[in-house]
Amino acid sequence: MKQKLVVIGNGMAPGRMLEHLIEAAPDAYDVTIFNAEPRVNYDRIMLSPVLSGEKTFDEIVIHGDGWYVERGVTLYKGHKVVAIDRVAKTVTSEHGETVPYDKLVVATGSNPFIIPVPGHDLAGVLSYRDLDDVEAMLLAAQSREKAVVIGGGLLGLEAAAGLKERGMDVTVLHLMPTLMERQLDPSAGYLLQNELQKRGIKVITEAHTARILGEDKVTGVELKDGTVIDASLVVMAVGIRPNVALAKDAGLEVNRGIVCSPAMSTSDPDIFSVGECVEVEGQVYGLVAPLYEMAKVLAGHLSGDVSKAFAHSETPTRLKVTGINLYSAGDFAEGDDREEIVLRDATAGIYKRLVLKNDKIIGIVLYGETADGAWFYDLMKKSTDISEMRDTLIFGSAYKGGAPLDPTAAVAALPLDAEICGCNGICKGTIVEAITSKGLTSLDEVRAHTKASASCGTCTGLVEGLMAATLGDAFNPNAVKPMCGCTDLSHNDVRRLIKAKELKSIPALMQALEWKSSGGCAKCRPALNYYMVCDWPDEYADDYQSRFINERVHANIQKDGTYSVVPRMWGGQTSSAELRAIADCVDKFDIPTVKVTGGQRIDMLGIKKEDLPAVWADLGKAGFVSGHAYAKGLRTVKTCVGTDWCRFGTQDSTGLGVRIEKFMWGSWTPAKVKMAVSGCPRNCAEATCKDVGVICVDSGYEIHFAGAAGLDIKGTEILGNVKTEDEALEHIVAVVQMYREQGHYLERIYKWAKRIGVEEIRRQIMGDADARKAYFDRFVFSQTFAQVDPWDERVSGKDKHEFQPMATLSKLQAAE
Amino acid sequence: MKGDVMNAFESEWISIGAVTDIPREGARCVDAGALRVAVFRTAEDDVYAIEDRCPHRGGPLSQGIVHGGCVTCPLHNMVIALDTGEAQGADEGHVTTFRTQVRDGIIFIAASDIASIAQTASAA
Repeated sequence: MKQKLVVIGNGMAPGRMLEHLIEAAPDAYDVTIFNAEPRVNYDRIMLSPVLSGEKTFDEIVIHGDGWYVERGVTLYKGHKVVAIDRVAKTVTSEHGETVPYDKLVVATGSNPFIIPVPGHDLAGVLSYRDLDDVEAMLLAAQSREKAVVIGGGLLGLEAAAGLKERGMDVTVLHLMPTLMERQLDPSAGYLLQNELQKRGIKVITEAHTARILGEDKVTGVELKDGTVIDASLVVMAVGIRPNVALAKDAGLEVNRGIVCSPAMSTSDPDIFSVGECVEVEGQVYGLVAPLYEMAKVLAGHLSGDVSKAFAHSETPTRLKVTGINLYSAGDFAEGDDREEIVLRDATAGIYKRLVLKNDKIIGIVLYGETADGAWFYDLMKKSTDISEMRDTLIFGSAYKGGAPLDPTAAVAALPLDAEICGCNGICKGTIVEAITSKGLTSLDEVRAHTKASASCGTCTGLVEGLMAATLGDAFNPNAVKPMCGCTDLSHNDVRRLIKAKELKSIPALMQALEWKSSGGCAKCRPALNYYMVCDWPDEYADDYQSRFINERVHANIQKDGTYSVVPRMWGGQTSSAELRAIADCVDKFDIPTVKVTGGQRIDMLGIKKEDLPAVWADLGKAGFVSGHAYAKGLRTVKTCVGTDWCRFGTQDSTGLGVRIEKFMWGSWTPAKVKMAVSGCPRNCAEATCKDVGVICVDSGYEIHFAGAAGLDIKGTEILGNVKTEDEALEHIVAVVQMYREQGHYLERIYKWAKRIGVEEIRRQIMGDADARKAYFDRFVFSQTFAQVDPWDERVSGKDKHEFQPMATLSKLQAAE
Repeated sequence: MKGDVMNAFESEWISIGAVTDIPREGARCVDAGALRVAVFRTAEDDVYAIEDRCPHRGGPLSQGIVHGGCVTCPLHNMVIALDTGEAQGADEGHVTTFRTQVRDGIIFIAASDIASIAQTASAA
């Protein structure tokens, strides 16, 4: 008989605990989770990159809806538990749901501490704790007005940097004389303050907040010395308190947190606790590494491994603000029995301080240059005697042996048990083992297999260095490949920054991202134009001069400078009237070649540029629109005859193909998109080598994607099965929109899928109905601006200059 | 100014149209018998005229993407500097250039440049 395990709270600690537990004992428990937040488990420490615009919420989801379904876990979203009945062994949610348990895990986390000054409950005063807070801040940031962040600790500074990045005028108020005084000594705190001020963030230290001003909405903050700072948004980030109310009401032993043994059990042997709500041996924790350690211990105990016990350890701290590197760990207070080694380079903004006691490192503060953090931390954790290398210690691992090493060699020099990823407690040996035994070659793969650098990401450089050291030349960190010679930024960076900085024209982008050439080049300009068209469909004015000639004149240039024209034939179907119009057109304009294409269309080749508008006018009269055979966009949907004619057909494949094509034509994509719909698994439309394909089956539609039949040949991946034509359309549109938003320019779907991971795409499109619907809606919105027949526009006079010479000088005169 | 037969060669400079007839970062053609001239307008409104024929495989340079002071050929991506006609980067090649002048928004092209090339082109 399975036991019933109920978990209250769906944050990172219980999420990690369940991962371990289900891996160790998949059939031991029926699991039910109550989450007060109306969403799945996400990476809370990555909220700052969401605030600054460097990541989207989807990118920080740890477990999508599919994860719970696949593991038979019941998740109540938006259900806050209001009571635990320890006698009846049940929990009850605010919506009246009562669920019995055999074992209970309380993971209620923490609450932000709100300073009880007058005005703290005004509208516009926020804490910084969950996605709701971030969304409220993003909304407020649209005003581009003034914000005050109370609290100059880790969270407060990340919030301040994020709001600044979003265009707000930000002031940080900090009670203490220097920033982040718990993690940094005064010197490093001062350097940090300078850097923030250089970025336009005002910092006031020793600022005592007296009250928050405003009638029904915040208008400012008043300090005890009478200073008033105007603000339409106040973020309080002064600390957290374990959320123990529920446990206390249930009569569990509570001190600062819920009192737990090193085995993570509370004063009730059937009730356990993990996360920020826990107090173990007098300590409470707020950083993710010890919380993950708790998760590991509890999963062990719940699955019968009682050997594990939680032990206190120091956790290094890093700040997740792009461009600011700081690292601190251990104890760095001054004392008579302590010595210190300090390195300062004011010009380079570098400060390093090691605190020593009895020839051992006990504290580390690094600012500006943090690459040796892991090495120092390893020496500290192991209490290594450093007297031998003391002379060069501060210069880091590179100088240990005298000769300087490159960064890869520095990682290579670390011992196998040196910790690389602090969040997840992953040491070097584990990563090297995974790389060699599983043949991993990309950062994403290493993250997927080991979780190293998959949480806060600050150790990404170390992991990449380790991959370079392990794989040698086989490791190619594609992530940093610049998009062209005009910039050092990758396609990924550029796409992210277009959204984050709301760059809405190519000149604005080149200015903001410091393009190295004056007008870009033929590589970046079309890419940038596509990204803008995709990201700002209603605001961006398509820059035709940044489009390749084919897309500029809506025909395909041929080697002799003539053009070819392919009219659209929906789903590959045509009629006698259409064929007659094509025949007439060929005769009238003396078109030398007519050819049937691989995508079930008719191609007319060898048309002079000057004739294009007249050719289109004739074709338009017969009802033809552009076939976009020249576009990085939706090309063709190839179909078989399906149930209309075929004795094997299971669905109306032609009808579905026509429907998809009519819905999606005109859309621009990173590279061309070719589709097909086959009416049965015999697959006469060859749907399994297309960018997106459908195989109709008796029970519905099997949706395929990421095939290729060009430079590369690759069968498709199955996205999933759906029952109705409507669902098929929604899924196809959603996956194409996801590709539109994430693909690099000229990157076909199969390459994008390889980069993102087929699993991840399935998770979002098949497993997350909300995400799918959102992609679908964004596509539909974008289509309202895209579905205009470009041929008709040009027949009506648009871009006339394209098709006529500017002037003609008579040959006679020229020859004189 | 389209399609006008020019009363050419009476003066040293032939007017071929207004700067605004050409889109910024774009080009238009001037036909002179067998010779086709591509007239470019850069983002800064500088005007350049070069032969509309890539030294690589004869591609129509007027159809390329204009960036900075260069154009990239639409056929195989050779990059040509508009002021000198020289191929950029590792490529080698040269395109004939024609002197231009802009007066009161009207573009003029050097008649003697056109005449000498057009003669060669029609003789060929």
